[in-house]
Amino acid sequence: MLRYIAIRLVSAVVMALLASLVIFLISNFVPGDPVLAQLGDILASDPAVVAQWRAKWGLDLPLWDRYWIFLQGLLHGDLGTSIATRRPVLNDIAQFAPATIELATVSFMLTLVIGVPLGVAAAVWRDSIVDAVARAVSLLGVSAPTFWLAFIVLAIFYGWLDWAPGPGRLDPIAFAPEGGTGFFLWDSARAGDWETFHDALAHLVLPSIVLAAATLGLVTRTTRAAMLECLHQDYVRVARAKGLGERAVVLRHALRNALVPVVTLGGLAYANLLTGAVMTETIFAWPGLGRYTFSSAAALDFPAIMGITLIVSATYLIVNLLVDLSYALLDPRVRR
Amino acid sequence: MSTPVLDVRELVTVFHTDAGPVRAVDGVSFSVAKGETLGIVGESGSGKSVTAQSLMRLLDPPARIEGGQVLFEGRDVLSMSQRELTAWRGASAAMVFQDSLTGLNPVLRILRQVTEHVVAHGRMDKRAARRHGIDLLRRMGVASPERAAASFPHQFSGGMRQRVMIAMGMANDPTLLIADEPTTALDVTIQAQILDLLANLNESFGTAIVLISHDLGVIGTICKRIVVMYAGEVVEEGPTAAVLDDPRHPYAWALANAVPRLDAPVADRLPGIEGMPPDPLDMPKGCRFTPRCPWRISRCGDERPPLAEVAPGRKARCWVTADGRSLPPPSIPAHAKPPIPSTAEPLLVAQDLVKHFPLPKKSFFGHREVVHAVNGVSLHIMPGERLGIVGESGCGKSTLARLVTRLHAPDAGHIRFDGQDIATLSGEELRLLRPRLQMVFQDPYASLNPRMRIGDILAEPLLVHGRVKNAAEARERVGGLLDMVGLNKAWGERFPHEFSGGQRQRISIARALALEPALIVADEPVSALDVNVQAQVLNLMLDLCERMGLSYLFIAHDLAVVRAFCDRVAVMYLGRIVEEAPAAELFAHPSHPYTVSLLSAVPEPGRQRIVLSGEPPSTLRLPQGCAFQARCPVARPICAEPPPLTEIAPGHRVLCHAPGSLKPLQGSP
Repeated sequence: MLRYIAIRLVSAVVMALLASLVIFLISNFVPGDPVLAQLGDILASDPAVVAQWRAKWGLDLPLWDRYWIFLQGLLHGDLGTSIATRRPVLNDIAQFAPATIELATVSFMLTLVIGVPLGVAAAVWRDSIVDAVARAVSLLGVSAPTFWLAFIVLAIFYGWLDWAPGPGRLDPIAFAPEGGTGFFLWDSARAGDWETFHDALAHLVLPSIVLAAATLGLVTRTTRAAMLECLHQDYVRVARAKGLGERAVVLRHALRNALVPVVTLGGLAYANLLTGAVMTETIFAWPGLGRYTFSSAAALDFPAIMGITLIVSATYLIVNLLVDLSYALLDPRVRR
Repeated sequence: MSTPVLDVRELVTVFHTDAGPVRAVDGVSFSVAKGETLGIVGESGSGKSVTAQSLMRLLDPPARIEGGQVLFEGRDVLSMSQRELTAWRGASAAMVFQDSLTGLNPVLRILRQVTEHVVAHGRMDKRAARRHGIDLLRRMGVASPERAAASFPHQFSGGMRQRVMIAMGMANDPTLLIADEPTTALDVTIQAQILDLLANLNESFGTAIVLISHDLGVIGTICKRIVVMYAGEVVEEGPTAAVLDDPRHPYAWALANAVPRLDAPVADRLPGIEGMPPDPLDMPKGCRFTPRCPWRISRCGDERPPLAEVAPGRKARCWVTADGRSLPPPSIPAHAKPPIPSTAEPLLVAQDLVKHFPLPKKSFFGHREVVHAVNGVSLHIMPGERLGIVGESGCGKSTLARLVTRLHAPDAGHIRFDGQDIATLSGEELRLLRPRLQMVFQDPYASLNPRMRIGDILAEPLLVHGRVKNAAEARERVGGLLDMVGLNKAWGERFPHEFSGGQRQRISIARALALEPALIVADEPVSALDVNVQAQVLNLMLDLCERMGLSYLFIAHDLAVVRAFCDRVAVMYLGRIVEEAPAAELFAHPSHPYTVSLLSAVPEPGRQRIVLSGEPPSTLRLPQGCAFQARCPVARPICAEPPPLTEIAPGHRVLCHAPGSLKPLQGSP
């Protein structure tokens, strides 16, 4: 098993490098020039300024030299300097990532905690009220556009009912908790600052629901379908014939088999939550990676784009590895 | 008389389908006394499995039990609450299912599956249950039970899994064990082991057994009494031997006679009854067997006969035999196959064929394992001859079929077909060969494309090989082909799912015949079919053989079928032919110990059996010496040497150091 993990990790590194190369080439061949985006019309019309600026950022070097420099930097843990923010890309990412990870993780937990039991219940009590609710949730979750859902929940729960706080991670007048990891829940809980913890949690409720909606729909749907299939398997009938109670039949015999497709989906969903929060982050003024990605792309900020690509692909690969390992945990037939 | 263990009265189970209610079990009554063995026999769709699941109340909607009573030791099962039902199931009454691969949960360890209901029913704590479980596995004949207990189902062979299933059923020492087709998926020598095990449990623990099977032979070896079901009804009930010898219902008659038996004379054709079971949505008003019954009288179509006593202890649902008369025995015409001229040039000669399949490497530096499927097989087929290949799963018989038809290329050896060496042909040459050499596959469901009309399936080879000029001509030929295999000419417009298994197999045969081949290689063509349909398809294949001078290479695991169909038979074990002889000679004087045991293992009522222990060894290692030595009851030291091929009678060759040393038991053929 350890060998298997080692092989997978090595291949993950290779895959991440390949992804960075592809992104590097694509972003250099798309029409558009960072010069214009960064210097503005007036300065960009002065060839001397442009040449100096290009030399400063290494944009006058051949393509391969630039990629080589990027790789060398990578070896030293240096992702380069962002053209737009003039700060090391790694620092930027370290600043923006925690907000996103916190949001995505809470969304992911919501997805699992609501989606899996709802799907199981819908399959066990098929065609009942529970099943109807599950179907409504998955249909709404999958088909409601994020921006629409975001505005609706903001309008209702913040604007009208005032049950939830508005956009942002904390109250405008509050300070970020001490601890410095950038994960507000973690930092405040460790510092024993329960007031801030509560504030941060309250601010997470609406955006995480909005972000979770689509994946929640998929997870509910998949769990229901997989459970229905497993409940019709012979081994479930055998379990009933053995005189096991319905609880043991459903939870011990059917659910574990049904979890395999759910885990696949869950892994992909988590990776998606991490990288696909642009819309939610924008509407909820969430200072996360999604917004950083958007602004870097708009500014043709090559080093930042490369850095984000690497982080995103590494995330996908690690999540995939975890998914594969949990297969082996769930299904002995996959083990070697 | 004491209370019976199980008393079923007028049980009715209905499936509420979109097309209307289907009365799958329609007024079934029978009872099982303490320690008794009862067999329920019938073809697929007769309602026997639904009956079993109704008894345990295991059916899901849309099936519903709508009438009757099921009394277990006097308690009404149908009115038990969910709690009572859970306490009763698996404790007093247990069930063993057909498919041990899907019946065991793939993600739970064996021990847990065998003992979880012992704990759930509060019989033992986990520690005691563990010892009990391992002990059970040992009693069921599972090799190294401690290790087995910690394993997962996929690590076992089919026979071992079935033992685990039975251990599971026996875990709480039930009064009644219902076994639904427990040996259908198994090889004949393994089937013999499992049947022995069930008989043993009945004897030593007094467990009453209800055995459900489509195979009269299986039922006959275990059950003292038998219930025959047809179209949801019990049509005959009585002592097994009496029903087999003197069936009083025409359907039971057809069942008893359509099965080719090893101990009966070989008939020219298998007696079977034409037609199919009635449409369950539209049952005939009178007797349900009327449309197919050769003895029907006017009353049969109008009035439904009752299940009435026709002799002491025997009941039948038939107007014809209601007065106590017997049905006439089948007429067996003398068996007269035209002799194959020995001077003729063989149609197919295969020499020293070898095929090995390398497995994917387990690790980068690991040793690559190889499945030794076929290890040097030589055979020949004369024009018009029917050669049978028999053997258990994994013996390489299907690979041999694929080599001969060149679906696989052999690793070594020669194949001459019709004077041409075809072992190394490729591409276009191979395509030109195809029309002369056709194949019929086992699974009539998987081998017909479900999205193509029958007419198109049959026309395709004709068009591909340029045998017809246009679609109109193809349609005409297709009509002729359907007619030839006994189907309605107009059915070309239909899709495969609209046909029954037997009809589909007829279509597969029509497809093979379309290009007028010289040799048809049929890989288990009837093993997926009910006995009656099997008889019909075999008769069709015999007709075609005689009318068109076809040759067959007929591959099967069922020895009686091979005996009824083939001129010459070769027995395979672990990729080699261990014995080969004309059919009559082979079945009269089997000489390889494997052949003797294989013949003996075939379940037929009232016969002693030699039960081989163990299972065929892995094909991953090429055996040194005789491949059979590990299981051979008469193995001796010399068997470690490769055995010689000895011709002990004209055309009768045996690969053995001591042919004839294992004698068939009394009563076997």
